Amino acid sequence: MQQEYEKYYVPAQSPWPIVGAVALFLIAVGAGNFVIESTQGEEGYGGIVLTVGIITLLVMLFGWFKNQIDESMSGLYSDQLGRSYRQGMSWFIFSEVMFFAAFFGALFYARFISVPWLGGASNNAMTNEVLWPAFEAMWPLVTTPGGTTTQQMSAAGLPTINTIILLISSVTLHFAHVGLEQNKRKQLTTMLGATILLGVIFLFLQVEEYIHAYQELGLMLDSGIYGNTFFMLTGFHGMHVTLGTIILVVLFLRVIKGHFTPDNHFAFQAGSWYWHFVDVVWVMLFLFVYVL
Amino acid sequence: MSKATDVMTPDDAAHGHDEHHDHHIPKGITRWLFTTNHKDIGTLYLWFAFIMFLVGGAMAMVIRAELFQPGLQIVDPNFFNQMTTVHGLIMVFGAVMPAFTGLANWLVPMMIGAPDMALPRMNNWSFWILPFAFLILLSSLFVEGGGPAFGWTFYAPLSTTYSGDSTALFVFSVHIMGISSIMGAINVIVTIFNMRAPGMTWMKMPLFVWTWLITAFLLIAVMPVLAGAVTMVLTDKFFGTSFFDAAGGGDPVMFQHIFWFFGHPEVYIMILPAFGIISHIVPTFARKRLFGYASMVYATASIALLSFIVWAHHMFTTGMPLFAEMFFMFATMLISVPTGVKVFNWVATMWRGSLSFEVPMLFAIAFIVLFTIGGLSGLMLAITPVDFQYHDTYFVVAHFHYVLVTGAIFSIMAAVYYWLPKWTGKMFDVTLAKWHFWCSLISVNLLFFPMHFVGLAGMPRRIPDYSLQFADFNQWISIGGFAFGLSQFIFLALLIKACKKEGEPVSDQVWEGAEGLEWEIPSPAPYHTFETPPVVK
Repeated sequence: MQQEYEKYYVPAQSPWPIVGAVALFLIAVGAGNFVIESTQGEEGYGGIVLTVGIITLLVMLFGWFKNQIDESMSGLYSDQLGRSYRQGMSWFIFSEVMFFAAFFGALFYARFISVPWLGGASNNAMTNEVLWPAFEAMWPLVTTPGGTTTQQMSAAGLPTINTIILLISSVTLHFAHVGLEQNKRKQLTTMLGATILLGVIFLFLQVEEYIHAYQELGLMLDSGIYGNTFFMLTGFHGMHVTLGTIILVVLFLRVIKGHFTPDNHFAFQAGSWYWHFVDVVWVMLFLFVYVL
Repeated sequence: MSKATDVMTPDDAAHGHDEHHDHHIPKGITRWLFTTNHKDIGTLYLWFAFIMFLVGGAMAMVIRAELFQPGLQIVDPNFFNQMTTVHGLIMVFGAVMPAFTGLANWLVPMMIGAPDMALPRMNNWSFWILPFAFLILLSSLFVEGGGPAFGWTFYAPLSTTYSGDSTALFVFSVHIMGISSIMGAINVIVTIFNMRAPGMTWMKMPLFVWTWLITAFLLIAVMPVLAGAVTMVLTDKFFGTSFFDAAGGGDPVMFQHIFWFFGHPEVYIMILPAFGIISHIVPTFARKRLFGYASMVYATASIALLSFIVWAHHMFTTGMPLFAEMFFMFATMLISVPTGVKVFNWVATMWRGSLSFEVPMLFAIAFIVLFTIGGLSGLMLAITPVDFQYHDTYFVVAHFHYVLVTGAIFSIMAAVYYWLPKWTGKMFDVTLAKWHFWCSLISVNLLFFPMHFVGLAGMPRRIPDYSLQFADFNQWISIGGFAFGLSQFIFLALLIKACKKEGEPVSDQVWEGAEGLEWEIPSPAPYHTFETPPVVK
């Protein structure tokens, strides 16, 4: 127990964090101006600043991770440091859970409180009578109080296929992890490759679904609270799958270079936790956005 | 207070080794830009917080100047709204929270016997995001149409339908502030879980560490919810969603639910570390062990858990079923039980102690009295039927400034005076410090106490003009405000002197009666401490 505490690696100075701070600054300024310019139809540099910010962030991540990988490969990391990384990752995922919770909260509030109340439920008969006399509460809200109409996205078809794809990808990733721990590198590479492939297929089908929603169903981001919650939840989930896939690709490249040992593979574990988290979010999405 | 008094320091750790390292303290600007040292980062956080405190304070001066007399005279109402909004945002996210994070950076590793924070590079990243985030927020004041003018709570539809373009900048600046807070909180929580010295068991942990552990948990739980709220504001304003618009099936009240689900834990984020600080200072200057250590820990945890089920007491007048109003009223009142336990314990610690009144203790005692006043006015606000009268009046302003200024900020000042000699190795200028304390104490009460009266009489908050009968009180309030603002320059002068290392050298223990690991190491604290962990018995 006490030996573990003897060498905790405290890194020397590093330029990467401040590069990261500048990158986030550029991203925030760029995104803010880009949103203003693109919605007001103005000319400006928002998009360029945003792009430069994202590139800076990628450079930062590459440099920072390269430092860490070099340190890890040269044996500077103790078990205690590994625990710090694992705990840090777990709390990060918890913060992501809370981010999605805000949007699920909005979904449930709309479905069980605001839409019924607008329809006159509880003691809100006069709200309905005075403000929106023609409105009837329903879920999915395909006709809003303001009169926007849309159609429901069916759970059958693409969403179900996508659910199956993501569930299988969790299993393949688990087998990749088992392969890593038992030092079966071939199983590791094939299973990890399969997971990436499934992730890409999922994203492809998700784009198909969005095209279907926009072109055939008339279900759009601004189609009232149903469209809002649908696209914000699936959209943020899709961004997380994209990020997860990129992480898995990086892990795949590292595996090919011979990184990770059965005992020492924090990055792999973190990426795998992240992927499983994204899967669990999808299952919740599938249940509450599509099925129920 | 920590029971970790008997410390065995390994021979090579505390003295010879550290001094050796002190020769390698990096020099120049890159020391601060690239640093991975928890003490440097703590110093950066604290100075940043103090500068933001002065900037946010200057905005409060604008507000008080406008309200010195009834009628509109100095600024136009839209600018007044921007001042109230940005004052609030800066004080919450730029002053109080970074100050506590700075204290956590300086103190948590020293208190638990860790060589540094668990993730030192990420620590640097969390800090350096903040100046950029506030640069964006402040520059948004100069955007065409003005900066955010919807109150720090950015209620929809003020922040959606009726806001200016700068809302987009506000949203992304809050996003990166949130990223900073979450990373800072993850760092603290992992440090405490994983970096405690052998023998530093949970129930031996100093209370500042305990309160920060729970605060960090709250931060990770609610900052992402704030990110969700600002994102919905962004899409409602710019991309045609209707989360907060009844015409599309949403509800402006839903904004308030999401915001206050973040906002109420947030107010405990700003007070729990203060509880920890006071629990260190009072025992030291009472020369007694803290009364009821375990009950302090449990009370802190109870306050944190309850903070998740009381949010709608901010919304009693905005439309909820009667059952919900009752639930949130009683849940809120429940919080006064663990808070009362704390106040009782501090008073019981002083009971029959050998009290002495050094500057940190003066601030701590002022905290206990004035925070309790803020707590009691909070209890009044928690009563649903009477809140119908108090809501959105100056009574609310009085309440939260008592808990945030004479609560959180006084505790931060107490902490700075308490630990500053450990950081610099020199005693600060006690005369200046006493001037700072007494000027602040008198002016802050002149500033905030009459707000109770005008509030109860019905003066609304966030309005640049008021009815004639409030004029006398408002002049006193403004005079108190200017005096409190000026008093902070005494603090600034004192801090500059302290950073120049002026003053008498202090002993390792600094204060007679101070206990805990941070008082076992040399003063000033070496650049690296506890590279080999001490053994706590």
